[in-house]
Amino acid sequence: MQEIHASQVRPPFYRDERVLGIFSQLLVVIIVVGLGLFFYNNMITGLREKHNIAITFSFLTQTAGFDIGESLIEYSRERTYLRAFVVGLLNTFQVAVLGIIFATALGIFVGVMRLSTNFLVSKIAAVYIDIFRNIPLLVLLIFWAQGVFLKLPRVADAIVLGDAVYLSNRGVAIPWGIPTESWSTYLIILGAGIVVGAGLAYFLREQGKRTGRMPLVTLWFIVTVAAVGLIGWIVLPQPMTLDVPILEGFNTQGGKILSQQFMALLSGLIIYTAAFIAEVVRAGIQSVSKGQREAATALGLTAAQTLRLIIFPQALRVIIPPLTSQYLNLTKNSSLAIAIGYPDLFAVAGNTILNQTGREIEMFTMIMGTYLSLSLLTSLLMNIYNRRIRLVER
Amino acid sequence: MSENTAADEIIICQDVCKWFGDFQALKNCSLRVQAQEVVVIIGPSGSGKSTFIRCINRLEEHQAGDIIVDGIPLTRDVRNIEQIRSETGMVFQQFNLFPHLTVLENITLAPIQVRKMKKDEAMETAMGLLNRVGIPEQADKYPGQLSGGQQQRVAIARSLAMSPKIMLFDEPTSALDPEMIKEVLDVMQELAETGMTMLVVTHEMGFAREVADRIVFMDGGEIMEVGTPEHFFTNAQHERTKLFLSQIL
Ligand SMILES: Nc1ncnc2c1ncn2[C@@H]1O[C@H](COP(=O)(O)OP(=O)(O)OP(=O)(O)O)[C@@H](O)[C@H]1O
Ligand SMILES: [Mg+2]
Repeated sequence: MQEIHASQVRPPFYRDERVLGIFSQLLVVIIVVGLGLFFYNNMITGLREKHNIAITFSFLTQTAGFDIGESLIEYSRERTYLRAFVVGLLNTFQVAVLGIIFATALGIFVGVMRLSTNFLVSKIAAVYIDIFRNIPLLVLLIFWAQGVFLKLPRVADAIVLGDAVYLSNRGVAIPWGIPTESWSTYLIILGAGIVVGAGLAYFLREQGKRTGRMPLVTLWFIVTVAAVGLIGWIVLPQPMTLDVPILEGFNTQGGKILSQQFMALLSGLIIYTAAFIAEVVRAGIQSVSKGQREAATALGLTAAQTLRLIIFPQALRVIIPPLTSQYLNLTKNSSLAIAIGYPDLFAVAGNTILNQTGREIEMFTMIMGTYLSLSLLTSLLMNIYNRRIRLVER
Repeated sequence: MSENTAADEIIICQDVCKWFGDFQALKNCSLRVQAQEVVVIIGPSGSGKSTFIRCINRLEEHQAGDIIVDGIPLTRDVRNIEQIRSETGMVFQQFNLFPHLTVLENITLAPIQVRKMKKDEAMETAMGLLNRVGIPEQADKYPGQLSGGQQQRVAIARSLAMSPKIMLFDEPTSALDPEMIKEVLDVMQELAETGMTMLVVTHEMGFAREVADRIVFMDGGEIMEVGTPEHFFTNAQHERTKLFLSQIL
């Protein structure tokens, strides 16, 4: 009998599957890096020889000399360009994070409504989606700013909600907490509460794994933290005072004022993106085969149990990738802030700083790099999540 | 009404009608099934076999006639629907296992969520059932990692985990390769031998001949003929029954 050793026979390298795989990847890397270097060199030499410009970021430490309407950190015109850049970045970050959270909630709500068997509920959702998906975002934002938030009454005639929230053409004044001396102690207590809550949640989760019936872990966590927070609040002498805005002459005093630009941008982005997310959610739920719902029903699961345990977990796999795109869109679309005067990253860096310094290359490198980093970070987080819920196939 | 509640008649269907829009899929279907009986339903494609058994656990809603399962009338009353569903198991042509759950989780899900069974107990029952259908070693795999025949056996185990009194099968072997059909039919035959009441839509005439107590022939939404396997294979009455049998045998 002839001996068989097929697996030991090696093909010539130019036909070897593994060698070819590595080689083609290497080739791609060399081409990309080479092209990048070529263009970069070209630009640098071009700028130096023709326009006598050198690329430098030293201007960032110079005094900015301009004001910014709103900021999450301390800022004045005496601060540097870099500080101004960070102010814009934080404003963008704030809008993006809040926008993603609220757009997701609203989008899921509308998407589930859209699939309701109740004709009216489903139609309302359909109309919402059709209207807001089909208006250009820029138009929607400008309408929202000029047609809605600017048309609110003057401060003196502000719309008052519950004696605490004032809607006027200056923005929305809401009650806001002001920390007192015991605030830091309170934070420590709250931190301890979170640790205890997390410990309890872990314990409950392990127990749930054993019994198979998962308790509402998140709820218990929240209840625990809230309880500790409440106790701390009672024990300590007023860790924070609530500052409720009041009307004084032609202005509101106290509280926190959410500018009309901020409100217009945030609500515009939420309403617009939620329409797309609703469609993503609907498609995801519909992608789960009818048989899944039937099997669950035949087993005696209730409609709510079927949605929570069978439909949503499977729909999520279809929803996550396009949902990631919507998150990226929202973040990038926030740069339209410049049209309604909200000082986001692009308005501050791409407009004001750039006009004052004339440093196009440097500024755009920084701006694009920042948006790119934000987007990559979002993608990364979503990909990690997506990998965790992937289906096991053969 | 006394005849309707005879203790050993576990399924009573009386003049059941069902429309899909203008199309009448079931026309006055009447059938009484005894406890522990195995009834096989045959008939050409589109004759209403699936629709009929899906009405029994309310996956489809019938619009006229009466269905009484184990003494519980099937009405719009959700409590009755719930009770009937908890007493009937169903096995589908496409298995419909939950792909995001392991085999064991598929089987223990309903006992834990619906019957509020302890996890340990549910797992023990599930392992017992997996032994019964012959694949205890697959417990921790996902459905996507199993062969069709194995998946269908898991689906049967999943239904049995709810300890149903009645099992409905809708062409359980039609999506399987020939060599896997037997392993599923064997499990079903064993189940019949334990005294389970079974309603089986199938084209497997060997199974019908050997296991069925009675055969029901449906055509055009009507129950045309009911009888023992022997009756069917030796002197079927209707022309259409004969024609169908001649095509399929
Ligand atoms: N959801 C539905 N909407 C409209 N018509 C339907 C629906 N379900 C079934 N029908 C129709 O009802 C009739 C009976 O269908 P059913 O699925 O019960 O047939 P079947 O005997 O099970 O056929 P098969 O052997 O192909 O599975 C068919 O004509 C079918 O087109
Ligand atoms: Mg069918």
